Amino acid sequence: MNKRKLLSLPYLIWMIGFTVIPLLMILWYGFQGKNGGFTLEHILAIGRPEHLGPLLVSLLLSVICTVVCLLIAYPLALILRKAGLKRSSFVIFIFILPMWMNFLLRTYAWLNLLDDGGLVYVFLQKLGYKGNIVGTYGAILLGMVYNYLPFMVLPLYNAMTKIDDNTLNAARDLGANERQVNFRVIMPLTFPGIVSGVTMVFVPSLTTFVVSDLLGGRKIFLIGNIIEQEFSTASNWNLGAGLSFVLMIFILLSMAVLNHYDTLGEEDDG
Amino acid sequence: MKKLKHMLGNAYLALVFVFLYAPIVTLIVYSFNEGRGRKWQGFSGRWYEELFHSAQIGDAVSNTLTIALLSALIATVIGVISCLGLQALRGKARNVYLALNNIPLLNSDLVTGLSLMLAFIAVGVTFGYSTVLLAHISFNVPYVIMNVMPRLRQMNQSTYEAALDLGARPVQAFFKVLVPEIMPGVISGFLMAFTMSLDDFIITHFTKGPGINTISTLIYSEIRRGIKPSMNALSTIMFISAIILLVLTNISPKGSKTEVKYI
Amino acid sequence: MNDHVIIQLEHITKRFAADHNILDDLCLDIHENEFITLLGPSGCGKTTTLRIIGGFETPNEGRVLFDGKDITSLPPYKRELNTVFQKYALFPHLNVEENIAFGLKIKGKSRDYIRDKIRYALKLVNMDGLEKRMPDQLSGGQQQRIAIARAIVNEPKVLLLDEPLGALDLKLRQDMQYELIRLKNELGITFVYVTHDQEEALTMSDTVVVMNQGYIQQMGTPEMIYNEPENAFVADFVGDSNIMDGLFIHDELVEIFGAKFPCVDKGFGVNKPVDVVIRPEDIDLLKPGEGSIDGVVTHIIFKGVHYEMEVTTPNGYEWLVHSTDMFPVGTKVSIHVDPFDIQIMNKPQSEDEEALGVDE
Repeated sequence: MNKRKLLSLPYLIWMIGFTVIPLLMILWYGFQGKNGGFTLEHILAIGRPEHLGPLLVSLLLSVICTVVCLLIAYPLALILRKAGLKRSSFVIFIFILPMWMNFLLRTYAWLNLLDDGGLVYVFLQKLGYKGNIVGTYGAILLGMVYNYLPFMVLPLYNAMTKIDDNTLNAARDLGANERQVNFRVIMPLTFPGIVSGVTMVFVPSLTTFVVSDLLGGRKIFLIGNIIEQEFSTASNWNLGAGLSFVLMIFILLSMAVLNHYDTLGEEDDG
Repeated sequence: MKKLKHMLGNAYLALVFVFLYAPIVTLIVYSFNEGRGRKWQGFSGRWYEELFHSAQIGDAVSNTLTIALLSALIATVIGVISCLGLQALRGKARNVYLALNNIPLLNSDLVTGLSLMLAFIAVGVTFGYSTVLLAHISFNVPYVIMNVMPRLRQMNQSTYEAALDLGARPVQAFFKVLVPEIMPGVISGFLMAFTMSLDDFIITHFTKGPGINTISTLIYSEIRRGIKPSMNALSTIMFISAIILLVLTNISPKGSKTEVKYI
Repeated sequence: MNDHVIIQLEHITKRFAADHNILDDLCLDIHENEFITLLGPSGCGKTTTLRIIGGFETPNEGRVLFDGKDITSLPPYKRELNTVFQKYALFPHLNVEENIAFGLKIKGKSRDYIRDKIRYALKLVNMDGLEKRMPDQLSGGQQQRIAIARAIVNEPKVLLLDEPLGALDLKLRQDMQYELIRLKNELGITFVYVTHDQEEALTMSDTVVVMNQGYIQQMGTPEMIYNEPENAFVADFVGDSNIMDGLFIHDELVEIFGAKFPCVDKGFGVNKPVDVVIRPEDIDLLKPGEGSIDGVVTHIIFKGVHYEMEVTTPNGYEWLVHSTDMFPVGTKVSIHVDPFDIQIMNKPQSEDEEALGVDE
């Protein structure tokens, strides 16, 4: 039976080669000075206004995006659960399907609706909104919510379908009204789902550069754009790596905060 | 009162559905537009025709599909093997292993892509098809493990022993008993990996070399000049075939047992 | 059952952690055609013993002999015995027929042979007609039968059964007990049965092996185990009993709570502290003063076949009594026990021996 452990070895080596060492490479570049020595310069560069601004905007937008996704997805998952669909695969189907339409095109398609003459544009003009939609923070936020909403819905729905109906009936039997059932029973029981949903939305929206590229009208730059440019056009890899490292710290911090409330590890392999 | 609530619920579902599919529908509609722009100039199939004549698009499609297929297949094999090993691990070793496995799932694609790029440069490999494939395998294995591991744990440990007891050698027991039992997890893991690979842009963007494109990177390179409507046509075809594929697998009796799982 | 020893466990020691032996120097002979039951609480080592015989565990020390040949390190698929697993362990992706055929196909038997065998086995377990069912379409009792059929078509010399009835409800469990006895007689092979249910053990077995904490506590026929438990653990674990501190005054006389009871035991010395076991159904309740010790009925429950009562004697001990007569709570009674119904046991000598005893 112990020979079985050996089967875990190949992938362990793979992970060291393709996960651990690459991450160490980011550290290597991020802390490397001009002459090859150690420096904190690239890390501290995050404090420069041209970097700090985009970082704060990214943080703000990703937090709002996460909250909006949660607010949309939670009632949605509740409704889906109550609908008691015989085949839960149908729900998953609906939310997975858009992924088969290319991510970039899906986002780009919004331009058709948001740009001058598009349905949403015309509608908002009628409501009295003046000015463009494309190139605003609102447009980017919309793009983020649109792209990452499924990542909030699916884990939430998954967690909710696992709840036994009798658990809820027990709460009702003990005098809880629907509101109390929602907040005192369903909510705590779906917390692991909330945590993984929040992670899966927050992380990509914090680091995206594609959504802002497509819907930002070349006016708005997020921290993702800054880093991408350091690697592609500006060719300052050390700076790019340094900023990536800072971004990673933010991701780790947010996960540590979430993990404080729940153990993600259990959820992941469960 | 209850009816009203039910209606409100349905209306809400419809609203989200419209939000999810509105851009996709416009995209499909525009793929049949005679003109290039946003203005409707009449129904036409010219973009579909153009699609089949563009060698560039043909290459991108074949790259995308073969990378998705290969990376999902290889990731499935690696994932299943490591799940078997993981099952024998206990305590701290197990936790460390799972934590490492979770990094690509939890980390940002931007950082994952960049880190892989830097590592490939350090090793000195030429950027191209193989680097993209390796990167895709890396981020796909966790999805396979995520789907297979619960199956393996749910499985009655004794069925494997029962096979040995009835005279099957370990290899026979593996293929005749264990594999069929974890098959639903393997299939959903494979499909998920395939989908993730198909839809990936960021990691491909950083690990591809010049002269090679997937559908995503081709579209990205066209953003500045305006994306050609033939891309809309391509996506429409892929979208429709995805629907057909998913409907078929869901209708077939064995497929209906396949449960797709998420984090 | 005959005298030929088919399985011999020689000085088996098994540990999963360095400081804890799950089995400690266990020796056991299993005879051909015997229905032998390993009985004990969870963690006593009974399942580990079975898994060592089946080949799923290797002992740290000792040998396993099968028909005189050493099979200690032989893998399960090369052993001429089959197992019925605790939760049946049917292959969920195969139907009844395919489940039963599994072992035969592995061995490369002909299709005709396999078909005949399946028909025979299904008939034997009263399941004919269900060939095409999937395991999840069967009830627990039916799955159990298929698990047995799957094992016996391979014609093992020994069938190992790991708490096979544990997941069934009471009525079904009792029916299956008779089924198993019938099966064993028809097949004429050895059954090694593991259970924590003493009733099961006493009903079915030729030989019962009572185990606790990795040691064999007592081995013998069901009657011996029940009527003459060798220590307090066995007495407590098998059936209800009153286990009391006593003083062995001299041969054929023992003192319990100051009252003298004639008994039939000899050779425990003079004025030696001993454990005394009296089964509740062996206690007769007489009018006050007519028996050995007086008491008051303090509790009564109707159990169907009999009444279960507690009689409290002046020292405060509550005697468990089974009787078909009813004595209302508060009735003053006197306890009488026939001499041959009193079982005398030596007290554990050392701490080590104490460890083998009843753990509270």
